Amino acid sequence: MRVHVTGLGVTAPNGLGVEAYWDAVLEGRTGIGELTRFDASALPARLAGQVLDFAAEEHVPNRLLPQTDVSTRFALAAAEWALADAKVDPAALTDYDMGVVTSTASGGFEFTHREFQKLWSRGPRYVSVYESFAWFYAVNTGQISIRHGMRGPSSALVAEQAGGLDAIGHARRTARRGTPLVLTGGVDSAFDPWGWLAHVSSGRVSTGTDPGRAYLPFDTGARGYVPGEGGAVLVLEQAEAARARGAHRVHGEIAGYASTFDPPPGSPRPPGLRRAAELALADAGLTAADVDVVFADAAGVPALDRAEADAITAVFGPRGVPVTAPKSLTGRLLAGGGPLDVVTALLSVRDGVIPATAGTTDVPDDYRLDLVHGSPRGAAVTTALVLARGRWGFNSAVVVTAVPD
Amino acid sequence: MTRRVVITGIGVRAPGGAGTAQFWDLLTSGRTATRRISFFDPSPYRSQVAGETDFDASAEGLSPREIRRMDRATQFAVVCARDAVRDSGLDVGALDPHRTGVCLGSAVAAATSLENEYRVLSNDGEKWLVDPEHLSPYTFDHVVPSVMPAEVAWTVGAEGPVTMVSNGCTSGLDSVGHAVALIREGSADVVLAGASDTPITPIVVACFDAIKATSTYNDDPEHASRPFDASRNGFVLAESAAMFVLEEHGSARRRGAHVYAEISGYATRCNAYHMTGLKTDGREMAEAIRAALDESGVDGTAVGYVNAHGSGTKQNDRHETAAFKRSLGEHARRTPVSSIKSMVGHSLGAIGSVEIAASALAIEHGVIPPTANLHTPDPECDLDYVPLVAREQRVDTVLTVGSGFGGFQSAMVLRRPGTAGASA
Amino acid sequence: MRTMTIDDLRTILVSCAGEEESADPRADISDVPFDDLGYDSLALMETGARIERDFGISLPDEVVAELRTPRALLDLINENLAGAR
Repeated sequence: MRVHVTGLGVTAPNGLGVEAYWDAVLEGRTGIGELTRFDASALPARLAGQVLDFAAEEHVPNRLLPQTDVSTRFALAAAEWALADAKVDPAALTDYDMGVVTSTASGGFEFTHREFQKLWSRGPRYVSVYESFAWFYAVNTGQISIRHGMRGPSSALVAEQAGGLDAIGHARRTARRGTPLVLTGGVDSAFDPWGWLAHVSSGRVSTGTDPGRAYLPFDTGARGYVPGEGGAVLVLEQAEAARARGAHRVHGEIAGYASTFDPPPGSPRPPGLRRAAELALADAGLTAADVDVVFADAAGVPALDRAEADAITAVFGPRGVPVTAPKSLTGRLLAGGGPLDVVTALLSVRDGVIPATAGTTDVPDDYRLDLVHGSPRGAAVTTALVLARGRWGFNSAVVVTAVPD
Repeated sequence: MTRRVVITGIGVRAPGGAGTAQFWDLLTSGRTATRRISFFDPSPYRSQVAGETDFDASAEGLSPREIRRMDRATQFAVVCARDAVRDSGLDVGALDPHRTGVCLGSAVAAATSLENEYRVLSNDGEKWLVDPEHLSPYTFDHVVPSVMPAEVAWTVGAEGPVTMVSNGCTSGLDSVGHAVALIREGSADVVLAGASDTPITPIVVACFDAIKATSTYNDDPEHASRPFDASRNGFVLAESAAMFVLEEHGSARRRGAHVYAEISGYATRCNAYHMTGLKTDGREMAEAIRAALDESGVDGTAVGYVNAHGSGTKQNDRHETAAFKRSLGEHARRTPVSSIKSMVGHSLGAIGSVEIAASALAIEHGVIPPTANLHTPDPECDLDYVPLVAREQRVDTVLTVGSGFGGFQSAMVLRRPGTAGASA
Repeated sequence: MRTMTIDDLRTILVSCAGEEESADPRADISDVPFDDLGYDSLALMETGARIERDFGISLPDEVVAELRTPRALLDLINENLAGAR
């Protein structure tokens, strides 16, 4: 059974809404800047991809503001925009025929930090009733389900940066197993002082101070990544169901998905990214030759960039496929990263253009990558492969394809 | 042809015992393992009782390095995973890493480590800004809990699909349900699946205090968890874990594995009603039960035992009773229903897996665990809840259910191997 | 003597649980049922806890759970404030 994408919603550091984001990507406008949420001047890493133009009260019902973390507000807004894009009125559909599958890596972290502070500085009676769900990793699935009356099979998955693609893969599985419409995607945000230090503790965050040069995936000057916030939500529908309700537009098909895991640390066995890409292509019934562009995981850490370059060249041959990483304009969004890349891939399909990897200028020759950088490249795109890796060994891959009118 | 999924190994850590055998002994004796909280001074809290697990990580075989880097919930998961593998008789060296996966459930994951680290980083909440000088190298691992399934994967070298399912209090059912789907669709042949939560830490106790969801029988901790009893006043927070070896039935049979049960059906629905509240009619849980039975290819009359969510909150036990009547009809009145939370408490995301273990063991041993502390049933809870004393009774088909914040309602059907329609 | 007004209570309710975008800020909500205002048990628990902390009074859970309107809650609060003098 084919599963189509009929709606997109984006909350990205360089653009709110699909078109604002896509314009920024094509124009190379970055969302990376000095962290403004708190005084980070004493910290070694101070650049982040922040969503600065999101006025929650304009996008989230007032009733939900006291009980939601900033990440959940992103999720609610992106979900609503995706449904609007798909012109779906959930009230007109059967409640059990709609599911929600989301991913987050850090949950409602800023919210919970505030409650930890109340507990320890003032006492248990100061902890909010909302802490019991505003923090937990299922919060976005639950809130979206309630907001739109979706009672079908639903879930929340966590696999660090790979989790967002896993959510899309599981949403597709859910649709194939009988749920006509599944809202899916991922968001993250942890830019409170504690959440930020957690990012830093990963040891992979860039200490660069130039927003245009801090996160340089696949560059000889790669020195770590810049954390970002936000993400994307997509409406997935069984192709037949979308047709039956007269869906006015199909962005593309989620044609393939796979996930693998790396061998234990220290094992001589090879890492699993290549296998995830190959399994996803096989799942789509396609071969490497069918792929027009690869949206890379783009860790921005030299050893990890090299490993990814090796995986890509193993599948496609040296310089065998255009590769890009527009996330260099947003930072890495953890669970939001994969879904945002899938949205970007679908827009590439729509407009016949491969967006550039920002910042990166000097790709080591022995990476043997055809990295699109400098400016976007016009190209007919009918098939795109999206890759994501999560810390500790998660590898996921999604194949999107064009759907002819 | 549909691939069928069976349980061939079980590992449990729960209050009152160090392993699966002790867990089952506790349940069938009807003893309770809830007590006054000893992990910290509970006196400032509204609810001061919990199901604590006596867990000695070194004695369980974890190395000092593993103990240092793993949160308590991860330690529970890893120890249970090793137990489950041993129990299954699987030769880990003979596993195909590419065909082996992990699905781990947890609701609050590394809450304990996060809280300990927060207290140090913030000098007990002194300032909003925290002190980078005291940053632990493991903070990121505790904020992003997918390190938990990663640690489990490393115990057997799994390189297939590995994920974490975090659906609040139904995580333990949903992670196993997710694993079943992976095997059925052919993404894996063996999956280590289960769930772990160790939430007995001040922030979690405080947040359930705030919504008044937990029991206040502080002067009688052993009898604080009273599912279906008229005097129940909330659930008792607990910590536990259960992990399973799930295998495609044919390959389990070929290697001559002992099969506890087939997982023949699973479904989940959302109530889209409220993040914490339940409607009284049980509609969505009933729908999940109906769908799980349907997937099993049996009707409600096949169910010989219902392992209830039975949390012991006022609203849950009525909601659930309504759901059983709605889905099983008259058969609900003839079917034994019990809640092991009366004995081991409610370990949030983990309990669904612990209850799957209890369900599989009920099939294995022909004993239905009782609902402890049930002396005077709520008049609105009018089913056979197997009060106080375990019942020896052959059971071929078990229904186990869960309900959680966010509105999740999940149901799973387990069947005795060899039962008509079940795998032999 | 401290007493709480309906406006004070409304401010606290909105801070703890928001309000409908369509709500008229000048309308008298005293006798509008909490259900109609969209305040559920969770909203009232959060509000009750805030008032208990800020005013140093105790509002029994079982009593608050039975209240149906802002006026009933306000009366309970003011009785408590009077008693706490």
